[in-house]
Amino acid sequence: MVQIFDVLIILVVALNFVALGVSRIRGVINAVALQGVLLGTFPLFVHSQIGRRVILLIVVTIVLKGRVIPVFLVQAMREANIRHQVKPVVSFVSSLLLGAVGTGLAMMFSHTLPLTKEHSDMLLVPASLSTVWTGFLMLTSRREAIMQVLGFLLLENGILLFGLLLLEAMPFLVEAGVLLDLFTGVFVMGIIIHHINREFDSISTEHLSKLKE
Amino acid sequence: MIYLPILFPLAMAAVTFASTSNRWRPWLLPLGAIGHLGLVLAIVCQPADRGPVSGLGGWLLLDPLGKVILGFLSVLFFLCSLYAPGYLALRADRPNRVFCTNLFGSLATMTLVTLSHHLGLMWVAMEATTLVSAPSIYFNHSARSLEATWKYLLVGSVGISLALLGSLFLAYSALKSGLDTTLLFDQLIKDAPHLSPPWLHAAFALLFVGYGTKMGLAPMHTWKPDAYGEAPGIVGTLLAAGVTSCAFLAVLRVYQICRAGTEAEFAREIMISMGLLSMAVAAVFMVRQRDFKRMLAYSSIEHMGILVLGVGIGGMAVYGALLHLINNGLTKGVLFLSAGNIHRAYGSKLTDDVRGALQRVPLSGALFLVGYLAIAGSPPFGPFVSEFTIVSAAIDSGQFLAGGLFLLFLGVVFIGMGATVLAVVLGNPSKKIKPTAFHDNVSTGGPILLFVALVLVLGLFIPAPLESLLGEAAAQLGLSR
Repeated sequence: MVQIFDVLIILVVALNFVALGVSRIRGVINAVALQGVLLGTFPLFVHSQIGRRVILLIVVTIVLKGRVIPVFLVQAMREANIRHQVKPVVSFVSSLLLGAVGTGLAMMFSHTLPLTKEHSDMLLVPASLSTVWTGFLMLTSRREAIMQVLGFLLLENGILLFGLLLLEAMPFLVEAGVLLDLFTGVFVMGIIIHHINREFDSISTEHLSKLKE
Repeated sequence: MIYLPILFPLAMAAVTFASTSNRWRPWLLPLGAIGHLGLVLAIVCQPADRGPVSGLGGWLLLDPLGKVILGFLSVLFFLCSLYAPGYLALRADRPNRVFCTNLFGSLATMTLVTLSHHLGLMWVAMEATTLVSAPSIYFNHSARSLEATWKYLLVGSVGISLALLGSLFLAYSALKSGLDTTLLFDQLIKDAPHLSPPWLHAAFALLFVGYGTKMGLAPMHTWKPDAYGEAPGIVGTLLAAGVTSCAFLAVLRVYQICRAGTEAEFAREIMISMGLLSMAVAAVFMVRQRDFKRMLAYSSIEHMGILVLGVGIGGMAVYGALLHLINNGLTKGVLFLSAGNIHRAYGSKLTDDVRGALQRVPLSGALFLVGYLAIAGSPPFGPFVSEFTIVSAAIDSGQFLAGGLFLLFLGVVFIGMGATVLAVVLGNPSKKIKPTAFHDNVSTGGPILLFVALVLVLGLFIPAPLESLLGEAAAQLGLSR
């Protein structure tokens, strides 16, 4: 059981790299969605007693992260006529390198944080920090509004990973984390309704003239 | 009792949303604000012998710190609501249903933040505050305001996420030490000495960055100039004085836990350095600032820096910081609303176009100038008193570097902000800019005068009940008297 769990956690971290390295936006959406589904199953491994509340959390997480949000994002791409290729500020190779460095640092940093006995051999903390880092990297190094939303989703996934350690002790805090998806919903609505599909660095009206209603 | 100040604005939001008249709807705002003020006064002034005001099994609790901020928010909202009908009458071409509803929504969520006594509940309330206040920034429906709203939401959501991660870390520090895993503030403060230090350390850093982003401390301030620059003056006031105060309260709650635990020094060092950094960044960007609304955003960054700096310095400076929260908030009301009027009168917010405001709109121009003098720390206005308290506490406790830099940055801001403000109010109006139909009148000038009156009163004397309340709140943060 523990071994399967470790493999799944490593898969989650590997998906971070897929999200950083793939050039088609659809590919990134799929990677983040798959990561979400994997995360959704994790309470099965960390919770000793699977009650109704935990099952509800599992179902909600998988449906939201694996189905609702990806479908919503794909629809946003279609509605707002977003081009399919990512044009990163930081090249793909550099992104991957930065991702690798961040994951290494996450490993080192998580060693300074003492875990309780039952968590001590879990990879959750380094995986969580590495995913948070990847999310940040994507938020800052991608111009497209939709990619920033995906970066935010990765950040959220990283936080949820850490939250699993507290699922038994403090379920409320972990469940409240699901509320972060409200932001995602608002972002995607923003893209669909207002066609926010370009970088926002320049305030030049030439760039923004198409944003009028 | 404790539920009413939250539920009443929500009910008013529903009524506002249901009302069909674009013309009469804004008048619901002052009506609801009076009701909220009454309810807040009732619970803030409830005699102590009747026990603490609490609810939801202790998740909601009104302590002195909460009283200071809740009372301030209610007064602030009331004064802003008086301005709203006059302002919205000028913008009669725009539907204001969503705008008015969201103002009530913001009031409800901000009230919830001040009453939350639970780490998780406070986080939910802060997230709600962010989401509810965003549509008001987009009131003008222009490309620029859309961009501002997007940035506000994106940066804000990252801040909120980090605060959640920090909350989880804090919870884990309790779990690691084998403590009862409650997240009630009282219990966390009591348990603080036993919390696992590495986790508490990391938790404070994340929570400070997270809620600091919502406060708009440098270097997490990037959303602020855009959001405040594009939002209507009334929204600018509520963001710069209301939402930031809630975020500051969240920082204070976390600081309370660190102070009781092992991380007091670390927390104070971070607060002093981030406070000074915010002041420095604001000072740099305020010099030669051509957009006077963006200038106000940088002023807000500066004063958020002053707040955390005061708490970091400790002693009487904590009292000074809490007083400054009120003084800064009320003065921001003067500045944002008068700047909004000037913006209306010229149809521009750049100093290239806007000159001679004292001639074009004498009342708003004069109020803008008075607001500048007050915020820059000139006597006899409130901010002078609170800033003086902070700097003298720094010197008394031998923190000369912090005190010296504080004065230096205040000086740079005084000059930098002065250049922009004087360019706006003095001189002759440019012939090139066609004046709009806007003129000063009671509905758009009166509420600002009330703000000025309060700022002036707080500069001359602090009423005894307020002083004792501030003292009690400061005692929660380590000021012993």
